[in-house]
Amino acid sequence: MRRLVSVLGKPFTETTGLARWMLVAGVAITALFLVFAIFAPWLAPYGFAQSSSHGVEFPKAGAPSHAHPFGTDRLFFDVLSRVIWGARTALEVVILSILFCVVLGVPLGIVSGFYGGWLDRILVLVMDALYAFPSFLLAIVVSFLLVNVYGGSVIAVSLSLTVVYIPQYYRVVRNTTLSAKEATYIEAARAMGARDIRIMRKYLFGNVIQSVPVLGTLNAADAILTLAGLGFLGLGIQSTEAAEWGHDLNRALADAGSGVWWTGLYPGLAIVFLVIGLTLVGEGLNETLNPTLRRRRLLPVVMPPRTATTSIPEEQS
Amino acid sequence: MTRGGSGSLPRYILQRILLVIPMIWVILTLVFFVLRVAPGDPVSAALGGKLDQQALDQRREALGFNRPLIAQYWDYLSSVVHLDFGTTFSDNQPVLHVIRDNGGATLTLTVAAFVIALVVGIPLGLLAGRYRDSVPDAGIRLFGILTYAAPVFFVGFLMQYYVAEPLGLPTSGDASPITVFEVQPKTHILLVDAFLSGNTDAMQDVLKHLVLPAVTLGLLVCGVFIRLVRVNMLQTMQTDYVEAAEARGVKRRNVTWRHGFRNALVPVITVIGLQFALLLSGAVLTESTFNWPGLGQKLVQYINNRDYGAVQGIITFFAIAVVVISVLVDIVNALIDPRVRY
Repeated sequence: MRRLVSVLGKPFTETTGLARWMLVAGVAITALFLVFAIFAPWLAPYGFAQSSSHGVEFPKAGAPSHAHPFGTDRLFFDVLSRVIWGARTALEVVILSILFCVVLGVPLGIVSGFYGGWLDRILVLVMDALYAFPSFLLAIVVSFLLVNVYGGSVIAVSLSLTVVYIPQYYRVVRNTTLSAKEATYIEAARAMGARDIRIMRKYLFGNVIQSVPVLGTLNAADAILTLAGLGFLGLGIQSTEAAEWGHDLNRALADAGSGVWWTGLYPGLAIVFLVIGLTLVGEGLNETLNPTLRRRRLLPVVMPPRTATTSIPEEQS
Repeated sequence: MTRGGSGSLPRYILQRILLVIPMIWVILTLVFFVLRVAPGDPVSAALGGKLDQQALDQRREALGFNRPLIAQYWDYLSSVVHLDFGTTFSDNQPVLHVIRDNGGATLTLTVAAFVIALVVGIPLGLLAGRYRDSVPDAGIRLFGILTYAAPVFFVGFLMQYYVAEPLGLPTSGDASPITVFEVQPKTHILLVDAFLSGNTDAMQDVLKHLVLPAVTLGLLVCGVFIRLVRVNMLQTMQTDYVEAAEARGVKRRNVTWRHGFRNALVPVITVIGLQFALLLSGAVLTESTFNWPGLGQKLVQYINNRDYGAVQGIITFFAIAVVVISVLVDIVNALIDPRVRY
């Protein structure tokens, strides 16, 4: 437990000034959105697709008021509620896509790195091709297919993000496996007669899985933007299925000309803040963990007091 | 440089081009199978309800959907080699014509955005890197993070609401109808055509339409340049040759300019190629935001029409364009920096 705390605290204790401040701000913003996501049903005044309360219809595109601090949109929905519920959608999609990436990418990477051969070649080629493809276009194509078949649901969108990010997980895991399989402990396990499946599961998995949290953090901000972009193009989640900021902005665009600003401003700000929070966390970690950029906090050097009796003889000569 | 002949430039270029062919082949194969293997029948998805059963069957036959998959795959590959990207299902046009008619607008938008990104991003990045951890550095970094964090369509929304109205700038399309009517189409790039026509009203009109979309997209990419140039500057200022220059007593300003800035800019050229993919993704969203009649908006339209043929053709074109541009950038890079040609 103490070790965990010291590992988690490392980025904080080893940074100074601006870098530390940025990291703290990032963690605070991200934590705020996590709270929104987890406690959305209690924090949001209404449901995300609720257009009336206690028999009273909400106004259409109503300006911010006491009952609706962020106003209402053209579908009579409360904007504040949708902003809060949107955090939950974002969190669900990001977690699901990371989960899919781990479930698919890690085994593929381990098997590919462990066995090598033609399977490895083909997988590397396919993953490289996926990676070379402009990521957002890839997400568009995949969600076009999935939404056609499964409708715009959280699962379909998460899967489209998975296709975008899986090459990175695959690559990292494969390369770690390649170097780990030459290690002495693998040789020892093999000498004791462990089967391949056991080596991969017991010895390799635990070692390669460690890079996943870092990748997840780095990709989370990008994933939020991709999700919003898909929603904006109408390929993501539909308004009545879940609250999604990008899709809300798409509907708000028509309002910009008619003086209605609240339907677009608040979902947009939510995206900006969440992405900033995640980016600050990622960049803060990068500045502390990347040795080429790292500036460690230096302990002040205390010189012994200089007195006449301890002065060095050579100095006088 | 010509040790064993492996470092020579023509050889490097040839290697790079030969390596890219299997890559394009894999991408094409992925595009084909992903779009074809997907459940649902493309022809009825695009035209169902618009044509009767017999006409649908005819269309299916004309497009070759009743043939074995492997034959269709072969047809697809050989037609792409001949630069034929197929036909759209919903309006029965060659995709190449769609690219010709709409590619110009996308090209104009991306080039303008790129120029804005370079002009804004590089000086800011150099400044932030030179004065690390100062107030300007913090401000510029925050600006960089903001441009990255704000989705283009949100920036576009803000532009339309807070900038367009006070300045009287148009927010939709790439020209007013009168300009489109007056300007002779010669190059299929409206901006160039307007300048060729010598019609001042048309030029003004086209430029006015371009301002907001280009700035919106340019801001997105300029954040990337700020971050990149800043980090490069930081690393360059820590190198031995900068330290050596300082030790020799070279003036601080000269060290920064001649040893710092110039070397910090070299990797920017590499990244330009990588940014093309980001620019393209951003262009799709910017075009939808500003109703810009480019290829990205066309793609979204075809997607909404469930037009597999058009989606396949346009995506194929985009994929090839991105790979070809990355090769071109690599070659330019090798010309500039001999270290690249291993």
